[in-house]
Amino acid sequence: MKYIGSKMKVLMFGWEFPPHISGGLGTACYGLTRGLAHCNDVEVVFVVPKAYGDEDQKSIKLIGANNVVIAEKSFRFDDIQKKIDYWEVKSEIIPYTSPEEFWKLKNKKYRKGSRFIHLDDQGRIEFSGRYDRNLMDEIRKYALVAERIARDPSFDLIHAHDWLTYPAGIAAKKRSGKPLVIHVHATDFDRSGGKVNPQVYAIEREGMEAADHIITVSNLTRNIVTEKYGIHPGKITTVYNAVEPLEIEKIPPVHKGFHEKLVTFLGRITLQKGPEYFMEAANLVLKKTDLVRFVMAGSGDLMDAMVCRAAKLKISDKFFFTGFLQGEDVFQLLRMSDVCVMPSVSEPFGIVPLEAMQTRVPVIISKQSGVSEILTYAIKMDFWDVNALADAIYALIKYPSLSELFRKYGKKEVESLKWQNAANKVREVYLETLGLETEKNGNGKKLKV
Amino acid sequence: MKTICLVFQVHQPVQFRKYRFFEIGKNHYYFDDYANDTGMQKLAKKSILPANKILLQLIKSCKERFKVAFLITGITLEQTEIYTPEVIASFQELAKTGNVEFLSGTWSHSLSSLYDKEIFEDQVTRHSRKIIKLFGQKPEVFVNTGMIYSDEIGEQVAALGYKGIITEGARHVLGWKSPDFVYVNVLNPRLKVLMRNFRLCDDLTFRFSNTHWSGFPLTAEKYVDWLQKTDKKDEVINLFVNYETFGTIQPKESGIFDFLKALPPAVLNNPGLSFETPAEAIRNHQPVSAVHVPYPVSWADEERDLSAWLGNELQKEASSKLYALKKQMEANNDTEIETHWNYLQACDHFHYMSTKFFAKQKGYPYWNPYPSPYEAFINFMNILSDFKLRLDANVPKDRHALEIAHLNKKIKEKNALIKKMRTELNRLKKEKKTEKKPGNNSGKKIK
Repeated sequence: MKYIGSKMKVLMFGWEFPPHISGGLGTACYGLTRGLAHCNDVEVVFVVPKAYGDEDQKSIKLIGANNVVIAEKSFRFDDIQKKIDYWEVKSEIIPYTSPEEFWKLKNKKYRKGSRFIHLDDQGRIEFSGRYDRNLMDEIRKYALVAERIARDPSFDLIHAHDWLTYPAGIAAKKRSGKPLVIHVHATDFDRSGGKVNPQVYAIEREGMEAADHIITVSNLTRNIVTEKYGIHPGKITTVYNAVEPLEIEKIPPVHKGFHEKLVTFLGRITLQKGPEYFMEAANLVLKKTDLVRFVMAGSGDLMDAMVCRAAKLKISDKFFFTGFLQGEDVFQLLRMSDVCVMPSVSEPFGIVPLEAMQTRVPVIISKQSGVSEILTYAIKMDFWDVNALADAIYALIKYPSLSELFRKYGKKEVESLKWQNAANKVREVYLETLGLETEKNGNGKKLKV
Repeated sequence: MKTICLVFQVHQPVQFRKYRFFEIGKNHYYFDDYANDTGMQKLAKKSILPANKILLQLIKSCKERFKVAFLITGITLEQTEIYTPEVIASFQELAKTGNVEFLSGTWSHSLSSLYDKEIFEDQVTRHSRKIIKLFGQKPEVFVNTGMIYSDEIGEQVAALGYKGIITEGARHVLGWKSPDFVYVNVLNPRLKVLMRNFRLCDDLTFRFSNTHWSGFPLTAEKYVDWLQKTDKKDEVINLFVNYETFGTIQPKESGIFDFLKALPPAVLNNPGLSFETPAEAIRNHQPVSAVHVPYPVSWADEERDLSAWLGNELQKEASSKLYALKKQMEANNDTEIETHWNYLQACDHFHYMSTKFFAKQKGYPYWNPYPSPYEAFINFMNILSDFKLRLDANVPKDRHALEIAHLNKKIKEKNALIKKMRTELNRLKKEKKTEKKPGNNSGKKIK
């Protein structure tokens, strides 16, 4: 039994942080850290591969980044006067900056397990921060840095978000001996639509096995983790995501330039998100009425194929593409929309329907999404059931009484989903993992064991 | 004696700006003014003005034995009037010499000949009216967008009153035959068909500065030698070249302007060669045979067909959706909508949607403002969608209203026709009266 002070210090590894995000992961991490900031006994240090310096502009503070090996950035939330630290990183493993130097160094003798790493001229590892071809390399480098950070003994717990950061979490755990919690936002079974990348699977499985506790974003994901990765269900807790509260009045009203109803697909245009089902349904709806337009907002590897498909179906005067949308544009589009559709083939959670409901847009979601486990005021169908989807779209644009119902109660429902609640559950997981007694309310109370 | 028919095409694509989905129905301005301005300035400065200057000098120094022809598209004329009026003045100066012929084309470099007869006619008459207004000439020879030609298009062009048309001397059309003769249209033999000698044209446009080419360096003397070495019986060598060849595709530093300066004197020094404009060539040479072109040909890419503009689904969808607005356009009376309708028709927009990446490696740096054909398509469809909304607001989409508008138009046309026939009838009656007068044998001369 020991007394660990007034605060749990959590070392959190993520891959992206707003505004530099490409999907829901960054948003979820941001929401969770904000939620955790409400718990007075949790302190979070958030690590990302690449900090741009403009994350939440008004509240971020950079501390001596130029020549300092580890650049620490402190990060403060305006409303609750609480700090979340940011690290930019460095490692001491045999650094080189040029090919010549690498050759020289390579010819010397080293201890087994030594690794070469390319550093920039300021002695830091370079990260692209993107999801590109060198991703595996970046993950490895990130783990090296994690190991370096974990030398700081003041952390009580390590929390890693999604497979990209599992190696980092494992490395930090090995170094510090502190318990590891991994947060499964998605598995490769969701992303690949069945064609699982064995390399990714191996990393995921290793992370799940090394973890002391696992958090999944839905029961759907929890089942995948137990069934496909063979993890004991007792080690897994489901914590649903939430949304940042949004005051709809703050968004300037958007004037739609046309009188037709607008049906929106918002998300990456990839296999996982089921864009083709949306398009086929659009084609069916357009055969019945031409008082509707469809828009597919996002980008992805299937985008070109979708553009071609729309041309082939001869509906491209009614079916639009916007490319990748960010920030304000997302809400602008949602405010113009009359229906928002998420026909994901496999969606661990799915934050888009919640954002749509916040802006009073009725949503249609696939049963194969985690978010369908908690939503009542949403039309649910199987992702492959194009006819059902077309029916639902048609009903929502044609029968105002139905859509009004979804508008009104959907908004109420989504307002009850708060990050603070999610954060409290995460805190309980922390306490449990640390072997501490769980208290219902962590506010202001000291932890005793 | 061989005749050289030198024709330059001047066309500067008009660019659309990035038009976002959110603007549909709200913002009705589609053009990238900055790009269009700079593009036009660049073309004028690098190609048109220096080349025009040289041509003017040549006409003067060669004692008017040097002749050229131009095809300047309507939208390019319109753009030059806005951004580079000095270009118009320079062409007018050339027109004054009397040795420069201006050909007729489609107004907006459009593909209307493939879609709709009436739109095509509108495009052609609009263009020829502009030529008459600016240069005081009534064009007699027609060149379609991208030299697109088929028997049917030829027949229609003949019906519009043209005496000749220039098209690509495509191998799959001519086979063993030489392009260097005057041919006629199959359906209407009164329409003469001139065939472009693409090998000699491409020597200038694509190969002039290519150091790996066996013909490098190309001098005027060498080129004249080639012209002369074509088959002995050849009559008319049609050189139809993009005006951008001078100064833009082939940069000034390659010596292309010096070549242009030296070519006409070198040709005229050769007793077996001379220059003629297309209209003269048609008048002065006997056609040798009819040319069968059942499917449209063009001068684009290796295939010499329509695939550069209508090769994939995106291009077909975009253009068919555009031309589907025809009925509503007929009833439209808003001039701005009409102007935009014409700009939308430009074939460049469809070319940007081409997915034939290999074709671009031929060495012709065809410039595409869009990063991918898909983005070109998306942007075009967004603009078209907004355009449609404006058109719907201006012209009722209701079928009955449309029909009435359509019938009204028909009645108007019929009335015009009746009027025309009546005057014709009156004229004939008068003629008959004068013929009846005794002693007057040359009644036909009296009008």
